[in-house]
Amino acid sequence: MAFIGSPAASDTLHAAHGAKEDLFASLLHHVQDSHELDTPFGHIVLPQLPSFTAGGITFDMSITKHVVFLWVAAALLILLTGIVARRNARRDVPRGFGNLLEVLIVFVRDEIVIPNMGTAGVKYLPYLLTTFFYILLMNLLGLIPYGASSTGNVNVTAGLAIIAFVMIQAAAIRAQGLKHYLAHLTGGVHWVLWPIMIPIEILGLFTKPFALCIRLFANMTGGHIVLVSLIGLIFIFKSYIIAIAPASFVVAINFLELFVAVLQAYIFTMLTSLFMGLGMQAEGHEAAEGHGH
Amino acid sequence: MLDINPGLILWTVITFLIVLAILRFAAWKPLVGALTAREDKIRASLQDAQEAQQQARALLEENRKQLALAEEQSQRILKEGRAMAERLKTEILEKADASARHAITQAQEEIQREKEAALIQLRSEVADLAILAAGKILDANLDTAKQRALVDAVIRDINKG
Repeated sequence: MAFIGSPAASDTLHAAHGAKEDLFASLLHHVQDSHELDTPFGHIVLPQLPSFTAGGITFDMSITKHVVFLWVAAALLILLTGIVARRNARRDVPRGFGNLLEVLIVFVRDEIVIPNMGTAGVKYLPYLLTTFFYILLMNLLGLIPYGASSTGNVNVTAGLAIIAFVMIQAAAIRAQGLKHYLAHLTGGVHWVLWPIMIPIEILGLFTKPFALCIRLFANMTGGHIVLVSLIGLIFIFKSYIIAIAPASFVVAINFLELFVAVLQAYIFTMLTSLFMGLGMQAEGHEAAEGHGH
Repeated sequence: MLDINPGLILWTVITFLIVLAILRFAAWKPLVGALTAREDKIRASLQDAQEAQQQARALLEENRKQLALAEEQSQRILKEGRAMAERLKTEILEKADASARHAITQAQEEIQREKEAALIQLRSEVADLAILAAGKILDANLDTAKQRALVDAVIRDINKG
């Protein structure tokens, strides 16, 4: 979300003051993916790469705004953790940012992985740590000026959910063995009911990551739309006096968004870990249906 | 925002996998490794400290026991010494007493013996003297028979006295 203090944003808003639809279309523009990038140094048109078709699906590999922030988050994450890892290796007791990072790592390990997956889950710790920190960083990037939350795009969360899906199945197969895993898909009912049970069970496998995908996307987009709407009020009323109210709300919502950014990263990681843990225990399948956030 | 863009999904997956591959070795391995190493170290140190404390406590207990034992021993030695001294004292006293008594008896016996000897000697001396004196007197005025009776009478008197 790059609207606070963005000259480009206010320009478009001024231009769109006529019709409300136009206003909201241009406001939503800042939440949506685009082939352009607003920076403090000007407007950048991102390259459009050729698309390719595989299995009847056309993949448009263009570098969009969200791809850029995907990479910005990745680069920041690698840089920060790399520096901290090197710094912490030199010290017996980490300090400052290294300490913060270590606290978060311990939190993911002791509060997410071990309660949900047991000590056997520690081998999946790198995946879950990467998920947590990557999502957290992408969420937070949406809160700085000129930034954007890649996680506010359903395709990005879908990509993360696909990886989560693969990891959940892999963890289950590795822990139970392929035969046991497939037997589990029948739900343990009489073979006559298999034509009903097996599709339901398979559907059940997909609903969990699907829920992960939608939850993260909706939370990040929702918060940004609230912010956009509050900012939009200023341009609808066009009054400095009235602007005070939306502006103060925006500040408050921004703090809420800061919390949501951390919370959603935690929830995504926690649920992925929970689903992996359920798959790792043979009898855990039914309990998984009762989750909700 | 909501429109499906398979290209973006693919980018996400690719980026995530690359990030995972890099972080796994560049960040998580050293970070988690250092963390676990530190935790192990702390756990080991705590255990060491606890063991040391236990050892110290055992040592203290041992010391206290030794001290009590030594105290008891010294008390016993003291008591024994005192008893022995007491016994020796009575023994020596008894011995001294006995020897003193023995010496007194001996001295008394000696005195008695000396006295008797002296008496016997005195008696014969006196008899001789008396005879001599009587002889001298009677030489002048008495016959032997009269003298004899007189002397016997004198001896009887002496014996009585």
